[in-house]
Amino acid sequence: MAIDIQMPALSPTMEEGTLSKWLVKVGDTVASGDILAEIETDKATMEVESIDEGVVGKILIEAGTDGVKVGAVILQLLEDGESADVLSAPVGGDMIVEDDKGDDKPGTAGAVHPENAGANRDMSGGMPQAVAVANDPDIPTNIKMVETTVRDALRDAMAEEMRRDETVFVMGEEVAEYQGAYKVTRELLQEFGSRRVVDTPITEYGFAGIGCGAAMGGLKPIVEFMTWNFGMQAIDHIINSAAKTLYMSGGQMRCPIVFRGPNGAASRVGAQHSHDYASWYANVPGLKVVAPYDAADAKGLLKAAIRDPNPVVFLEHELMYGETFDVPDMDDFIIPIGKAKVRREGTDITLVSHSRMVGRCLEAADILAEQGISAEVIDLRTIRPLDTDTVIKSVKKTNRIVCAEEGWGQSGIGAEVAARVVAEAFDYLDAPPERVFQADVPLPYAANLEALSLPGTKDVVEAAKRACYK
Amino acid sequence: MSKQKKSNTSRLYVPEPQFRPGDTPDYSHISVPVGHAPSRPDPLCPAHETSEHATRLIRVLRFSGEAAGDWIPKISPDTLRRALRDLALTRAMDDRMFNMQRQGKMSFYMKSAGEEAVSIGHAMALRDTDMVFPTYRQQGILIHRGASIKEMMCQCLSNSGDPLDGKSIPVLYSFKKHGFFSISGNLGTQLIQGVGWAMANAYKDSDGIASVFTGEGATAEGDFHYALNFASTYRAPCLINVVNNQWAISSFQGIAAGEGETFAARGIGYGLATLRVDGNDILAVYAATKWAAERARRGGGATLIEHFTYRKSGHSTSDDPTKYRPENEPDVWPFGDPLERLKNHLIFIGEWDEEQHTRLLAEVKLEIREIYKSAEAMGNLSGETKVNDFTMFEQVYERSLPHLDEQKRMFAAERD
Repeated sequence: MAIDIQMPALSPTMEEGTLSKWLVKVGDTVASGDILAEIETDKATMEVESIDEGVVGKILIEAGTDGVKVGAVILQLLEDGESADVLSAPVGGDMIVEDDKGDDKPGTAGAVHPENAGANRDMSGGMPQAVAVANDPDIPTNIKMVETTVRDALRDAMAEEMRRDETVFVMGEEVAEYQGAYKVTRELLQEFGSRRVVDTPITEYGFAGIGCGAAMGGLKPIVEFMTWNFGMQAIDHIINSAAKTLYMSGGQMRCPIVFRGPNGAASRVGAQHSHDYASWYANVPGLKVVAPYDAADAKGLLKAAIRDPNPVVFLEHELMYGETFDVPDMDDFIIPIGKAKVRREGTDITLVSHSRMVGRCLEAADILAEQGISAEVIDLRTIRPLDTDTVIKSVKKTNRIVCAEEGWGQSGIGAEVAARVVAEAFDYLDAPPERVFQADVPLPYAANLEALSLPGTKDVVEAAKRACYK
Repeated sequence: MSKQKKSNTSRLYVPEPQFRPGDTPDYSHISVPVGHAPSRPDPLCPAHETSEHATRLIRVLRFSGEAAGDWIPKISPDTLRRALRDLALTRAMDDRMFNMQRQGKMSFYMKSAGEEAVSIGHAMALRDTDMVFPTYRQQGILIHRGASIKEMMCQCLSNSGDPLDGKSIPVLYSFKKHGFFSISGNLGTQLIQGVGWAMANAYKDSDGIASVFTGEGATAEGDFHYALNFASTYRAPCLINVVNNQWAISSFQGIAAGEGETFAARGIGYGLATLRVDGNDILAVYAATKWAAERARRGGGATLIEHFTYRKSGHSTSDDPTKYRPENEPDVWPFGDPLERLKNHLIFIGEWDEEQHTRLLAEVKLEIREIYKSAEAMGNLSGETKVNDFTMFEQVYERSLPHLDEQKRMFAAERD
């Protein structure tokens, strides 16, 4: 079997680069550690070292090629004694694309992950855009739409609020010079300077506490966690101080603050970087909890969160950062916290979810439609306060519900939604509520295990069919 | 000096206090210097010039009542008499509340006996608008700043006069108008929040400073170290106070930090200015606070102050200190009593006498009794007059949310 050498990533956010120069040619024998090629992005150049030994069998990308996707096969090495006959059509990135169709296999991980960025780009359509925008009561229909990534939408929200209100500032690890671990704070330092875009020591507990204190002192901090997993260190400030101070001080002291960062599973980052905390924070009175799906909601809800006088936990999704959606080109685009959104209307079953899982539900709705089942897709958008009314109204129409989430099942968001539906619309239900969630194990690392562990489109389709007795 | 206890002879060392119940405490080895207290440097001096201040002890008052040394503050006799009154009032309130807790009027109380000078001396040296992030046992700051004693009592009694509407426990006061942040029941969180508050003030170009407090026990929390690190990194205009009262419930101070170094010395490694002060000497507390406040206000950054004092009472109404330390230890503690020491000083300078003092103590006792009566007239823990039930649903969020309104409505319907 020939060894495929893939286009490497210089950073976690790199999606493509230039293969500037080959330092080997077909027929050369290479040893581990030999330099094969030079690649570059707009930020840096890097030498590609061989980690294997063999003979260069085939060079698949010409020197000087721009826009080479991360993960694409650039060279094939023949192992000792192997003939060039084993070299067939390029494998690797494209293979992943094949695997990808329809469900949540390894590789749908999204652009940000170096292994998958290239592959994901080629997916037909990427994340489903759905037919939602036209139905969205929050956006006037005559407004021009601009294609924006979720990452940039979040950045735009912060930048706009920082221009509007000089008490707003952002702090966290690597938010300034480095522009954010996931580049969500890109160019903020250049515009607002180091007094308002503050690099902190590596201590989530420390800077969450600083943020709480600054909020109590009259500023509006945005605290970025590199991931919400690291926010565990800071949870004492978030819950014991931010959420409870207004109440415990009898309304005298307040803590208007936004804690934000990527939440839930990314790709191949293991149990300590993949935890979904939606239900943890959803449990706490005094907090508001937001988990948007698309770029417009990410922007509108983050702006609302920054203006909210309460502490807001803002749960983003790493695998959504690179996804592009339409964002209305409006001066002050705010989405109110606490309102779910019907992303697709339907009559036979209601699919309820939030964050990235909304995309899975929209895909499932397409598949169900082909099978004659009309699914209504509700994006909760806010987890606390939970907009039960929109869900109940839908269930009264469809009489069936699937509650889907990426996190674990026990005490999950879906459990809460299902309980409220049973309590408030029991007589309307024609089937027990169905649930879709992550396997009850810490998220494993291996790609196949990770894929098995996380819920996908297929799980939603199957759950919907069970609820429809089909 | 320290006795070798059996548990300390193995290679696993467990610090033990010198004296436990049944021992006769002897502190004759502790020197109480005043003549060679460290000098007073310029408040904007480089932090390292205060290293020796972290290991020695700033003192002003000799036991004779005479003020001596580099740190004598300029305070008028009237102000000193007011300080004496604040000390006496705080102690009288604590005594009354402790006794009332013993009679079942409230669930819990914590006295500040023996360390009142830390709060009051400190508050005197700050502006009333400077924000304090206290821990428990800084009730003296509220008393000095003129907070309503009746409201404090009503909170402890959990009655209809509780300004916090029953939302927090006794002693964990919260008075925004007196620059007194809600006390954190899980210990330590206020340290880093206070630093953040100070940084916010610096950002706003306000000359307000923050003063944060912890007991020596909670310096073992990570919070303390985060606070020192941030205060140093961003030169936050704040004072970080460690009230070393020797005891964290039954754990002596060596449990929190080992016995190698003082609490003030922890600031040296962080590059902070460090002062260690005799916390039973109100003039020294005042002088040290004044120095640190000036440093913070003028852009010199934060100071770590260790107030070396002694907790004369138990930790709270829930423990019996005679079970873990000699009963007479508070009486033989070599740094004396802060109230007595200020009284002696006023007498020494001819501004006070025994008769006036006796009259003052009687006066504050009566005053507290009257305030207490009016507070208890609004109810107590077990009485009829309680916090209004419906306040429970308020102040969860800045503006109420529909599900909270619904909760309230359902509750009202059940009541009807």
